[in-house]
Amino acid sequence: MQGCLALEDGSVYAGLGFGAEGVQTGELVFNTSMTGYQEILTDPSYHKQIVTMTVPHVGNTGINPEDVESDRVWVAGFVVRALSPVVSNWRTQGDLDAYLKAQGVIGLSDVPTRALVRHIRSRGVMRAAIAHGEAAQDPAALVEQARQSPDMSGWNLVDDVTCAEPYNWTERSDPQWYRSHRYDPAGPLVVAYDFGIKRNILRMMTDRGLRVRVVPAHTPAADVLAMNPAGVFLSNGPGDPAAVTYAIQNVRDLLGKTSVFGICLGHQILGLALGGRTEKMRFGHRGGNQPVKNLLSGVVEISSHNHGFAVTPDSDLSGAEITHINLNDNTVEGLRHVGLGAFSVQYHPEASPGPHDSLYLFDEFVSRVKA
Amino acid sequence: MPRRTDLHTLMVIGSGPIVIGQGCEFDYSGVQACKVLRREGYRIVLVNSNPATIMTDPEFADATYIEPLTPEMCERIIEAEQPDAILPTVGGQTALNLALALHQRGVLEKHGIELIGASLPSIELAEDRQLFKDAMTAIGLKSPPSEVVGSVEDALSAAERLGYPALVRPSFTLGGSGGGVAHDQAELREIAERGLKLSPIGQILVDKSLLGWKEYELEVMRDARGNFVVVCTIENLDPMGVHTGDSITVAPAQTLTDKELQRLRDAARAVLDKVGLATGGANVQFAINPDDGDVYVIEMNPRVSRSSALASKATGFPIAKIAALLAVGFTLDEIPNDITRVTPASFEPSLDYVVVKIPRWNFEKFAGVDRVLGPQMKAVGEVMAIGRTFPEALQKGIRALDIGMVGFGSRLEEAPPEVLRLPTAQRLFQVASALFNGMPLPEVAATTGFDPWFVRQMADIMHIQQTIIGKKLTLERLDAADFRKLKRCGFSDAHIAQLVGVDETAVRDRRKALGVTPVYYRVDTCAAEFEAFTPYLYSTYEDGDEAEPTGRPKVVILGGGPNRIGQGIEFDTCCVHACFALREMGYETIMVNCNPETVSTDYDTADRLYFEPLTAEDVLNIIDVEKPDGVLVQFGGQTPLNIAHALAAAGAPIWGTPVETIDLAEDRERFNALMRELDIPQPEGATAMNKSEALAAADRIGYPVLVRPSYVLGGRGMALAFDADMLADWLDKQITWGAHPVLIDRFLDDAFEVDVDALCDRQRVTIGGIMQHIEEAGVHSGDSACVLPPYKISMYHIEIIREYTQRIGKALGVKGLFNIQFAIKDEVVYVLEVNPRASRTVPFVGKATGHPLARYAAQIAAGRTLDEIGFLEEPRVDGFFVKEAVLPFQKFPGVDARLGPEMRSTGEVMGHASGFGHAFAKAEMAAGTALPLDGGVFISVNDFDKGAVVKIARDLHKLGFALLATSGTAHWLQTVGLPVTPVNKVSEGSPHIVDRMRAGDIQLIINTPRGGQAHADGALIRGTAHLYGVPIITTMSAAMAAVQGIKAMKQKPLRVRSLQAHHGRG
Repeated sequence: MQGCLALEDGSVYAGLGFGAEGVQTGELVFNTSMTGYQEILTDPSYHKQIVTMTVPHVGNTGINPEDVESDRVWVAGFVVRALSPVVSNWRTQGDLDAYLKAQGVIGLSDVPTRALVRHIRSRGVMRAAIAHGEAAQDPAALVEQARQSPDMSGWNLVDDVTCAEPYNWTERSDPQWYRSHRYDPAGPLVVAYDFGIKRNILRMMTDRGLRVRVVPAHTPAADVLAMNPAGVFLSNGPGDPAAVTYAIQNVRDLLGKTSVFGICLGHQILGLALGGRTEKMRFGHRGGNQPVKNLLSGVVEISSHNHGFAVTPDSDLSGAEITHINLNDNTVEGLRHVGLGAFSVQYHPEASPGPHDSLYLFDEFVSRVKA
Repeated sequence: MPRRTDLHTLMVIGSGPIVIGQGCEFDYSGVQACKVLRREGYRIVLVNSNPATIMTDPEFADATYIEPLTPEMCERIIEAEQPDAILPTVGGQTALNLALALHQRGVLEKHGIELIGASLPSIELAEDRQLFKDAMTAIGLKSPPSEVVGSVEDALSAAERLGYPALVRPSFTLGGSGGGVAHDQAELREIAERGLKLSPIGQILVDKSLLGWKEYELEVMRDARGNFVVVCTIENLDPMGVHTGDSITVAPAQTLTDKELQRLRDAARAVLDKVGLATGGANVQFAINPDDGDVYVIEMNPRVSRSSALASKATGFPIAKIAALLAVGFTLDEIPNDITRVTPASFEPSLDYVVVKIPRWNFEKFAGVDRVLGPQMKAVGEVMAIGRTFPEALQKGIRALDIGMVGFGSRLEEAPPEVLRLPTAQRLFQVASALFNGMPLPEVAATTGFDPWFVRQMADIMHIQQTIIGKKLTLERLDAADFRKLKRCGFSDAHIAQLVGVDETAVRDRRKALGVTPVYYRVDTCAAEFEAFTPYLYSTYEDGDEAEPTGRPKVVILGGGPNRIGQGIEFDTCCVHACFALREMGYETIMVNCNPETVSTDYDTADRLYFEPLTAEDVLNIIDVEKPDGVLVQFGGQTPLNIAHALAAAGAPIWGTPVETIDLAEDRERFNALMRELDIPQPEGATAMNKSEALAAADRIGYPVLVRPSYVLGGRGMALAFDADMLADWLDKQITWGAHPVLIDRFLDDAFEVDVDALCDRQRVTIGGIMQHIEEAGVHSGDSACVLPPYKISMYHIEIIREYTQRIGKALGVKGLFNIQFAIKDEVVYVLEVNPRASRTVPFVGKATGHPLARYAAQIAAGRTLDEIGFLEEPRVDGFFVKEAVLPFQKFPGVDARLGPEMRSTGEVMGHASGFGHAFAKAEMAAGTALPLDGGVFISVNDFDKGAVVKIARDLHKLGFALLATSGTAHWLQTVGLPVTPVNKVSEGSPHIVDRMRAGDIQLIINTPRGGQAHADGALIRGTAHLYGVPIITTMSAAMAAVQGIKAMKQKPLRVRSLQAHHGRG
């Protein structure tokens, strides 16, 4: 059935709708990963974003229950060039169309995605409305809806995605996917702030012998310290980090009192807590092929990214050093404050989807909390 | 790390002649390596025996040695040039093996030479099947249960344990030579014996066959700092059991989840770590059980390969170039991405399109060959197609093959399941038929082993085709939306025309009238995340054209498409030369080609590259966008010429020799009339439109006759008929009578043949080179050894040849290159054929004379005169240059290895020296059949040659060879007083000639076929000789040349000389 994507600048892309019917708005972004659409769909960091995949064929391997990063689909809409008419994989349990329908998420296929991506690349990310069904017949109204939707800058989306109650995470990864695997159930305790945490981050920690307690984003630092953790983890998540002021304050309160490790939004929040600034990027980094150089070792990691904000390199970080940069555009990708026992990366060492080059960061966290 | 400054002179080893399993992809990789290393300031010494390559153009190295790729010759070059290091990873298996041999002989150590890009232990570990398997086990990766054996008996007992079918793979061979699938003991015995012979270390691997498993390949790179990237993932459409070179492959992999893909990536990285590949490119092959995802490692190549050339073209990431830079110390993050300019090479390309590679086979040239595909590669070339979706790329690839298929379902036939089960060249099209005929998709997937994902996409193509046929749609009823849908699914205008029953032009006109035209997207390595500065383009039917044509004066050069026998690397070299020449003249050069192995499809070669099929539709679409000043069709062989008419009819500005002139040369009647007018003799000939005309003409002309269909290249379908029965039989088997006649010519037996390459600017003619064939008439010019200058032709005849060449070039009004074949018999010079285009020998002549004829031809096409170019004199050739053909018989057991009028060689080598004997000996050595200096010579000749063989036998006897012969020949030689040991024919029982060969008693065979019939004994002898690498000579003239070669080598050792030194530019 008819579908449509309308951008705030007035551009309109027609396509064939799939998944749920209706209209949704969000920030239009693109992802260059060639695999891992399920992980992307269920990554809470994509909350309120309409994701365009650059790889043309999507849905080929269907839906595999263990490939999700949270308990639901978070993207506001999903745009592809060619929805696979068939699923083929030994693990598959269903198809993408039915899955999105069940999750109430709109998909759009047969879109000239390369032209769309080039548009975003040159103009920057923008708000858009995605429609499937009757609503798609009025593009002008959709453009207006896009214009009326909230801007990502200044928007706190963590509140939408964080867990309601604390819980213990015990699941570890399926050994078939990782070459090295060690599990120590009696390891030190780590408290993980859930700003929209991906399950594979949790698995990477339990795999390495950490006991993990996940807490809601609002949990005060004092409550966390009361649990006497060996370390605190700051998770990834959606929206503008600067808008999550309570989290920034909590981290300030934690710094120096326990080891801190942050990923993505957690990295940005650490940067802000250290006194730095964050800025919105033109179109961000979303993909599994980004070259990040570890300035301490000189080694380049091919890494998984999903961020539209970044820590400003020239901001005052209270003596923290920049440990990682993106070689494509010199974006700050990692921070370390030795004195305060905190470090963070902007990208996703847990991958899922993406290469496993950066898993060593979890080992580093483990050695810090065990020290 | 910056580049190493402790190295100054680097030796790059090429891959030698084009053979099955090692094609022109190594010219591409070698050119990239030489170019970039020279740019970095290193002095480059290149050694490669293949004169048809671009890399052996003197400008790509400081010292270019076109010499045999043997350790002995290489050592001489090392002594002369004193390189600091050798880069052995861009010349295929040949270069790696040569580097190993140099090490084993202590040459590397003696001269203090370092191997860069690969280490000896890592080469050994990757190549030795057992070591590799053990290493995989050690790092926890599974490999197929297998046993490494050194004897047939051990192979049999291994198979008992592993179970049949068993897969046999010899160690250290290229393209899976000698491999096979054995279904029972008898088959295993045969395959194991052959494999043991072909493995340089007499070792084979007997594997549990993983028939039906899915096959994937990862192209990876790493640098000295440990940075690691996956350049490309490739998924084979054909499941395990078919050599990856014979498989249809797709990039990126389509049916893996991210978890599975990352598991392969981790495994590939672990394999590289374990093998110890310090820097460079490699590929790792995996098999995956489609039922439970179980992963096995199949093999790893620690070098640039055929698939890395494919991956480079598929992604825009130049693996060979970067491998060369890594080898001299750079790290990936220090190398910029040429395409985006702003990002480094330390990333993984993201593809927003689908690439399909389809192999091209030439089975029709090898009667008796087993056409079922297996673990030994049989393809002679390949095409690559880029589309936004798999159906679009698949259909583009099919029409790019140039095999008369205009689409996936353009030739429908019965396709029962038992046919689909067998992997063959036809299976893809049989799948189309099966889907059309309603075979259920799961059954298609189960019988072929194709992943259901691909089968469904194929079914969607056939569904569209069925709709058009079922609804009896006419052209008028197809609207813009229909066209858009068809084009997005990859349907060609020609196929649509076929389906709606009109001609292609009508479809094109309507499509354009409806406004359905392609856009061109850029291959940018990054899925549009960054701007692409390199115009490397493919067509699709979507929005947002990125072609951005310039307003500069520009020329489109049409490449040759897939390599095949008769149309190979030589034509790519000519296209690249044309490109260079026009660029020097200030034109923007635009290359169109679809062969991923080539230098022409390097985005660095032409200013703009369109990776597109060479069909009229695809080329005209480009012309519509680019609006070039000129189009060159004369450099890419027959493929671009085939569409020249359609291009000209559509108003394309064809430069150079006009299409009408090319037609005139092909049109027998008109050409004969012209020769009569010019008073130039031709062998008596006739054209026939049916069988009775053909038989009558042959009777009139007199047997033996040469017969062939018109409009073919490489002697396709050409045969020698000794009597009416043979002719009738051949006509029945080979000819479908239609619009094109069959040509019948008197066969000038025992004539000398001469090839001339010349240039004409319509006013003047300058000869580039005159080559004498060493084999007599009756052997296709592409399969015959030839020598420049002629060594056995009188000045009188050469003068006649020169004069005829002048006359013909001017009379035809050639504007560029032309090639004439002459024959000299009984003091008469005949013209056999004229081809007003670049010929196969042009690169060879260029190397021998130092004059790049194709460059001159391109300049002439652009309007320059020979006078302006400064090429008015036929070059004087210093010394002798011998070109020898390399034939693929070793890959095709069961095919009679005799030479004939049908071209069957895949490649060529060159030998040069001051004397003919040395030059010939070098050429033979380079071809892999070095002439022996002592031992036994087996002679078996037909009655016709008995006179001539006496002198040869006597010379060989004097040179110290023991003579062996079959009874007839032995008796004859004994009567003239030569000591000969008679040997049984095979039919006479053991010990017979084949036994003697196996026992190592025979170092050279002179065997001329008897009459027209392939003699069973002769075929067996020739086959065994190829298997054991015993040089075999099948003509008297070649035997005489061999005697000269042996004599020369006994008098004086072979010496080496670079082209630069030879042509006085060293």
